[in-house]
Amino acid sequence: MTEALSLVPKSDIELKAKDFKTDQEVRWCPGCGDYAILATVQSFMPELGLRRENIVFVSGIGCSSRFPYYMNTYGVHSIHGRAPAIATGLAVTRPDLSVWVITGDGDALSIGGNHLIHALRRNVNLKILLFNNRIYGLTKGQYSPTSEQGKITKSTPEGSLDYSFNPVSVALGAEATFVARTIDSDRQHLSSVLAAAAAHEGTALVEIYQNCNIFNDNAWEPLKDNDVREENLMRLVHGEPIVFGAAKEKCVVRAPDGHLHVALVADVDPAEILIHDAHAEDPGLAFGLSRLSDSHTLSNTPIGVFRDVAKPSYDRLVREQVEAAQASGTGDLGQLLRGSDTWTIS
Amino acid sequence: MTKQVVQVDRVVIRFAGDSGDGMQLTGDRFTSETAWFGNDLVTLPDFPAEIRAPAGTMAGVSSFQLAFADHEITTPGDAPNVLVAMNPAALRANIKDLPAGADIIVNTDEFTKRNLERVGYPASPLEDGSLSNYKIHSIPLTSMTVEALAEFDITKKDAERAKNMFALGLLSWLYHRPTEGTRTFLEKKFASKPEIMRANLAAFEAGWSFGETTEDFSVQYEVKPATMKEGVYRNITGNLALAYGLVAAGQQSGLSVFLGSYPITPASDILHELSKHKRFGVVTFQAEDEIAGATSAIGASYGGALGVTTTSGPGIALKSEAIGLAVSLELPLIVIDVQRGGPSTGLPTKTEQSDLLQAMFGRNGESPVPIIAPQSPSDCFDAALEAARIAVTYRTPVFLLSDGYLANGSEPWRVPDPSELPTIDPGFATAPNHVGADGAQEFWPYLRDPQTLARPWAIPGTAGLEHRIGGLEKADGTGNISYDPENHDRMVRLRQAKVDAVAEGIPPLTVDDPDGDARVLILGWGSTYGPIGAACQIARRSGVKVAQAHLCHINPFPKNLGEVLHSYDRVIIPEMNLGQLALLIRAKYLVDTINYDQVRGLPFKSVELVGVITDVYNSLDAKEQA
Repeated sequence: MTEALSLVPKSDIELKAKDFKTDQEVRWCPGCGDYAILATVQSFMPELGLRRENIVFVSGIGCSSRFPYYMNTYGVHSIHGRAPAIATGLAVTRPDLSVWVITGDGDALSIGGNHLIHALRRNVNLKILLFNNRIYGLTKGQYSPTSEQGKITKSTPEGSLDYSFNPVSVALGAEATFVARTIDSDRQHLSSVLAAAAAHEGTALVEIYQNCNIFNDNAWEPLKDNDVREENLMRLVHGEPIVFGAAKEKCVVRAPDGHLHVALVADVDPAEILIHDAHAEDPGLAFGLSRLSDSHTLSNTPIGVFRDVAKPSYDRLVREQVEAAQASGTGDLGQLLRGSDTWTIS
Repeated sequence: MTKQVVQVDRVVIRFAGDSGDGMQLTGDRFTSETAWFGNDLVTLPDFPAEIRAPAGTMAGVSSFQLAFADHEITTPGDAPNVLVAMNPAALRANIKDLPAGADIIVNTDEFTKRNLERVGYPASPLEDGSLSNYKIHSIPLTSMTVEALAEFDITKKDAERAKNMFALGLLSWLYHRPTEGTRTFLEKKFASKPEIMRANLAAFEAGWSFGETTEDFSVQYEVKPATMKEGVYRNITGNLALAYGLVAAGQQSGLSVFLGSYPITPASDILHELSKHKRFGVVTFQAEDEIAGATSAIGASYGGALGVTTTSGPGIALKSEAIGLAVSLELPLIVIDVQRGGPSTGLPTKTEQSDLLQAMFGRNGESPVPIIAPQSPSDCFDAALEAARIAVTYRTPVFLLSDGYLANGSEPWRVPDPSELPTIDPGFATAPNHVGADGAQEFWPYLRDPQTLARPWAIPGTAGLEHRIGGLEKADGTGNISYDPENHDRMVRLRQAKVDAVAEGIPPLTVDDPDGDARVLILGWGSTYGPIGAACQIARRSGVKVAQAHLCHINPFPKNLGEVLHSYDRVIIPEMNLGQLALLIRAKYLVDTINYDQVRGLPFKSVELVGVITDVYNSLDAKEQA
């Protein structure tokens, strides 16, 4: 059975969104997508029913990493890229806490890439919210590891040469047990994904497409604009056939060679349409789904929960080893220090 | 035959062979026998960084030196009285350290033309007269072992491998060592391979009997037990003592110990050891890198655990930013640096004291961190407790600078009773500490204790004390982000003042000056304590007056250090670096120190320090010499 939040004390009083607001002035640029995410998280938190003092937000460096200052919980604004490692030490020693990591595309995938993949593979009880705006904001506009190739920025006047990371593909490659994607402006979808992440035992990676209106405005417009978004968005629902498009005219099918591709519903036998299975042990199909989107046009972009599988969390396993060692009694310091090979001078 | 028994007060033995010859094990066993017998002892293992360098090469020579005596000793000895050389490479690599008249036991089976050529001997040194100043014992150790084990159902290779036990048996006979410990050890080690166990026991006994019967050894030596303070003793290495000290710190503070660490020579044994002590609630986390080792420990400390990270110099370089974060967050963190030769990868298995300035200054901004350094392997235990006391009391990262010599070297340790150990009070914050303008109860995470200047440690789960902290500059008191110029100036000075305040809680520096009228002071820190102490004793015997002082607290210094320094005409500072402590002393106290530095990857020899002390003493005019 899954542990998730079962060890975190429940609140005796009903909390409201305002209980999670601090007295600090929010200092993001007007119009930043972070405001929407903050508001959604603050109104989502009461749903968990947890004691506020048992919730911790840990962040790295970057615009998104200012987030903890605005949450009236415990919080640490740490150093660039290291939030997953700090949160790991905290989660492993404190099973009674709900630990959230706030990070960005530069923080998580560039300077902190190593910590991210190792937290994911270990399945530490952390919920990682990765705000992806495809640009470096706090350093004023250089390309990021998720920027599309050819991006013109301050540091790449002739266009960036790097091929970009797809955070969901990276997470699935690290065999993360929970991987989802959502969008800053879609409050309802964001809330539902946060709820699923919170209920998951182990590491949850939630990629949030977030708009930086100063340095990379409209980066996700094909997924937000009312006129075109349904054409591009592929909404994943566990157990449902993957059908999308404004007129539900497109679907995902598996080719004989195993690859996934997008086809017209009209052209295929309905039985061939892929049913989304977020609980599949093998991350292969979820990975295949993550590869369908075009990093430039954003066509065929899946959102929702890619993967959600049950696996004991690292911190639970650590605790079980300690408990097993202590089953026959806790340590005796005097005995330890003496060891087995002593002599006495009298 | 009856052998003559000669009483000696001190012996230095060095076992040397190929990395695969089991010399470290042989040395460990001889050490245990000697400890059990009641001699004082000090050991010095010395091995290459390669796990198995090509057999028979100089690069692959591994050695274990041990000094034991009927009186208190502090060094593994400058020059061995006996060298056991398992092959020509071991002879060649070690001969330069032997004084004339030393005994050399060589395994002649390995002195083949090919092996000799491999290490550059044009002819066998056993035959060309080049070793005429030494007492050579040419013994075919391998073939005698194989012969002694002929009746056992084991492979020839396994029989040959037992040659180290033959050598151990011979040396045990030569020095009258008790043998039960080794028998019990072999019985346990090879419990699952009874034939190998019996063979090793037989090889050990064959070595002993060989000593008794051969005419090659006409003399047997006896070293009486040393007079030591009453108590229960065990032998302990620095790394083991550090691990035990950390377990004890957890017990004495009621905090659970969390170690975040990435394997690195020569610190990994602390991780290995602590991973065995889950019964004490110790959690060890083998992190993905050095940075995560430090940051995970910071996360654990934030949650109310005793966060510890262990590493060596290159790892400290990687952890620097994280240590700076701990300075800013003002959370307890123990940073253990088992120093090794540098720069860069340097000499991973050799000792050096060259990370002092890195510990002192190796971070961005004004980022003061207390530094302590143990002076002997067993002192590592007390140092770990002291590091925990400072870290928890002052809410600060603390550096503990050990080194490769302390880490692997061993000495007898009088085991303390847990009731003798100091207790450490975490003093978690449990209630608001400030009344706001509107009369409301508030919690200010940076409102300091007026005495220690430490901030409150409020851990998640404590209702009403929810707060946010980070690496950005904080407003004095509230801890909110502040870019105010005056506030930053104040906060920088407050963090420094807090570390300076650690000096209020440490004992004054003591000086060892038996006659009380020395004009020369020799000042050291860390693992040089043994060689400096031995050098002072030797120098004093020839009428040289010298005072010795040794620093365990390096940042901040003991409050009386300036006064001590200024009361001597000359101050000598020997270091295994190019004068790092001397730089700090000169800057702070304006004392024209005399530096004596070496970075050979090995501890100082007492004799060289005697020379330095004597030269400085002789440079004083007659009046100053007093």
